[in-house]
Amino acid sequence: MIASLLAQASQVPFEAPVIDFHALAPEIVLVAFTAVVLLVDVIKLEEAKRLIPGLTGLAMLASLIPVISLALDGADRSLFGGAFVVDNLSLVLQAMFLLTAYVVTLLSSNYLAEGDFWESEFYLMLLSSVLGMVLMCSARDLVSIFVALELLSIPAYMMATWEKRNLRSNEAGLKYYLMGVFASALMLYGMSLLFGVSGSTLLTEIGAAIEGGSSSTPIVTLGIVLVIVGFAFKVSAVPFHTWAPDTYEGAPTPVTAFLAVASKAAGFVALLQLIFVGFLGRTDVIEPLMWVLAAASMTVGNLIALRQTNVVRLLAYSGIAQAGFMLAPLAVSGSNPDDALTAVVTYLLIYAGMNLGAFAVIIAVSRKTRSGEISSLGGLFGYAPGLTVAMTLCLASLAGIPPLGGWFAKFVVFRALTAADTPAGYALAIVVALNSVIAFYYYGLVLKAMWFSPAPDGDTTPIRVPVSLLSALTITVAATVLFGVFPGLIGHFTGNLAGLLSFAGG
Amino acid sequence: MKDFLNDWGITTMVFLPLVGALVMMLIPKAEEELHKTLALITSLGVAVVGALLALNFDWDNSAELQYVVNKGWIDVIKARYTLGIDGIAMPMILLTLLVVPLVIIYSWNHFPDPVDPKAFLILILVLDTGMLGSFVAQDLILFFVFFEIVLLPMYFMIGVWGGDDRQYASIKFFLYTLFGSALMIVSFLALFFVTGAETFNMTELASLVRSNDVVRTTQILIFGGMFMGFGIKVPMFPFHTWLPDAHTQAPTQGSVILAAVLLKLGTYGFVRIALPILPAGAHWWAPIIGGLACIGIIYGALGCLAQTDMKRLIAFSSVAHMGYVMLGIATLTDFGINAAIFGMVAHGLITGMLFFIAGSVKERFHTLEIGRLGGLLKQAPHLGWILGFTAMASLGLPGLAGFWGEFPVILAAYNPAPGLSVGLFRFYMFVAALGTVLAAGYLLWLFQRTAFGTPKEEFAHEHVHDVGTAEWIAWLPMLVLIVVLGFLPVLIFGMTSDAVQVLAQSLAG
Repeated sequence: MIASLLAQASQVPFEAPVIDFHALAPEIVLVAFTAVVLLVDVIKLEEAKRLIPGLTGLAMLASLIPVISLALDGADRSLFGGAFVVDNLSLVLQAMFLLTAYVVTLLSSNYLAEGDFWESEFYLMLLSSVLGMVLMCSARDLVSIFVALELLSIPAYMMATWEKRNLRSNEAGLKYYLMGVFASALMLYGMSLLFGVSGSTLLTEIGAAIEGGSSSTPIVTLGIVLVIVGFAFKVSAVPFHTWAPDTYEGAPTPVTAFLAVASKAAGFVALLQLIFVGFLGRTDVIEPLMWVLAAASMTVGNLIALRQTNVVRLLAYSGIAQAGFMLAPLAVSGSNPDDALTAVVTYLLIYAGMNLGAFAVIIAVSRKTRSGEISSLGGLFGYAPGLTVAMTLCLASLAGIPPLGGWFAKFVVFRALTAADTPAGYALAIVVALNSVIAFYYYGLVLKAMWFSPAPDGDTTPIRVPVSLLSALTITVAATVLFGVFPGLIGHFTGNLAGLLSFAGG
Repeated sequence: MKDFLNDWGITTMVFLPLVGALVMMLIPKAEEELHKTLALITSLGVAVVGALLALNFDWDNSAELQYVVNKGWIDVIKARYTLGIDGIAMPMILLTLLVVPLVIIYSWNHFPDPVDPKAFLILILVLDTGMLGSFVAQDLILFFVFFEIVLLPMYFMIGVWGGDDRQYASIKFFLYTLFGSALMIVSFLALFFVTGAETFNMTELASLVRSNDVVRTTQILIFGGMFMGFGIKVPMFPFHTWLPDAHTQAPTQGSVILAAVLLKLGTYGFVRIALPILPAGAHWWAPIIGGLACIGIIYGALGCLAQTDMKRLIAFSSVAHMGYVMLGIATLTDFGINAAIFGMVAHGLITGMLFFIAGSVKERFHTLEIGRLGGLLKQAPHLGWILGFTAMASLGLPGLAGFWGEFPVILAAYNPAPGLSVGLFRFYMFVAALGTVLAAGYLLWLFQRTAFGTPKEEFAHEHVHDVGTAEWIAWLPMLVLIVVLGFLPVLIFGMTSDAVQVLAQSLAG
């Protein structure tokens, strides 16, 4: 039996795939550092705790080097029969994930060291999750997308429960895990349907197979909807958002920042690739689905956010609403694909800066107040004007007030929607406009507490901000302001994304 | 010199306040005198640059944009850094340049609680940049950014230094304006894509709308979006409800800036953007705007009669006065729009002055309850007479600035632009004329109740100090201008008439 198989195999000569190591370098560097972190932890034990945060930060920055060199090189690369692609889109997003993870490392180091946490293992989880995200940027195949998704999700489930003696943290992780697994199951079912129809896992081939009116339309529709719903969980779009507030509130705050920014962005990256590489031929299914998801997410997220008293929960609901803003351009992905893609990517980049900045301030303030209630921010302007101004900039940016990054993000969304020149596009643009007004109300609640209210208990001892937190704040606030005043900067990165479509199609 | 002004004049004027604010941020909070001096020097420096621009302005070509700067800004979305000044923008800019230093001088010893000159003055300087930027921007996106920049400083000014209900008033102010501007940006984008324009340049969009024959319905819809944005800012009935709250709660300086300049951003937006770009939309909307303006005139006046708080009364009188301005714009005639711009300047000076007085009354008596005041002429005769003078100006007494903002508007409504219903506008004229009677009523009644008679028992034995030095310095220029413009209205009409004529012709053609 074996002998005959071997004989068969030897008749077809084995061809080793040509591996472009430059294209894989970011992932390889990350894996290498993950191994180093693991080894250092195992060998040095207690002593390692001091080294590992620095090593993790270094890992993120070191992986950025090949990303930059690939960007300078400029050539699009395709490996493993098109399942792994390096192009402008993947490089921009990889850089965003690595920088986000670097900032999260800065946010975590003091938080973990001062609390009751396992430390070294946390960074191992963080590195693995980031590896999944970086991989997601290049994945153009159902299998690699799924592998990347699980690689980024499973460590994240554990990170959410990291405060192990805190019931809320355990609840957070469990909810996140159960919802995540459920979503993965739906998604896999959808993927199997798509594979069944097209006979391939490659997005480009699926795209070719399902384009136009194929005989198995209902199955294709079901497959697309299930796959998208799976990622709708990941990006916490309404009605698949229910896990987010509890998870965000219960998880350690740096992990919340990571989930709210990086994990959500990873979901969007997958959606972008599925829609723009795979499903662009079936925008008759995508557009209405996205319209509803976007409108529902921003409206429901905003309305519930109005009633929140906990600032992390408020950011969770605001994140749901922001996801709605980011989904909105996808509702015109058929009539205006170039602008829609650019809009989502631009929004993701700016959102990462401003939302991380808001979390950085919350982490800094809760070092003193030990509370996440909005009222605990009272009187902040009196005793921590710097943090207040930073938070004000981030929240105003989230609300979309010029000249901060968020206004440009909102603007490109408006632009994509109106440029489509369809009634549905204009209608959604008005929904976005109304929602950005509602959103200011709850950001205003936080501003009000910081600027207008007195400090609770009259406690106005200043806050000591450690260096790592300060650098995280500087990076995020600078990004938020710069992207707003010189949006050309971000246009420089996202301007040539449109090329992706032709490349993926060909 | 001329070269510098041509290339950098406007940019320097707009961003100098921001530079001053940045410098002030680096100086510790305790250096209060230094902060005051720096803010004053900065605002005066801005005024000097502005004055140089005005002196070198080619008045014979005031219909054309001058000192034009056109540089790349956000290439991805084709927004450009385009600035310029013409005869319509000039009076608005001069008004801003005058009011901001005066507000800072007035602040010298009138800082509202909690006293924090650093933060307070930084916010005023940021406001300065936003206001000046809005008046010089010739690119819709740039205009939008400046238009929005003024929101946050004003929000904080009301929210931190305002009265008891400041939190409600500040968020209400913010949400109303944000609502308008969100719809406004959608209509800007719609305009961009409907015309297939290559930039957001206002002049270019205006000519594209004409050459591409943009359908009337589309124009009406896009104008509707802009109407929400500008109309809320003006504010027009029924979107005015944020104004009395914001004015009543804001600190004196905030009220003055709000009344003198911020409200004009809305009316200026109509004259600068909505009318020239969308003539067909303007014709459809004009009767509606005129009608709402008339409701605003009467409603504002009746609201004034019912007020028991002096500041709230002045706020409602703003609604009425801005109604005249909007009625002038709604006639779509050369005459009406000129009068509207004059009305903007006059209202800025007079109502700004009234809020200054209200602030000083509040400082002396710790109340603005009209029923508790009285006999101001006995206790502080100068303050009392200034109030009387300003009230006369506000009710439109000939010989003072207020007259030229109201009377020509009423005349213009007699003969609106071709295509508009003459009967309807003559009815509006009648209503507006009625409004002036009511204005005389509530202003004289206010003056009578607060200034005449004898001081009420509770204040009878209190020593009330009269107008102080800082107050004189801050007020005299405004009082003098109210008289000068009343006698020489040509100072403003001369600036605007050429540019307005071009506008009115393009509306007709």
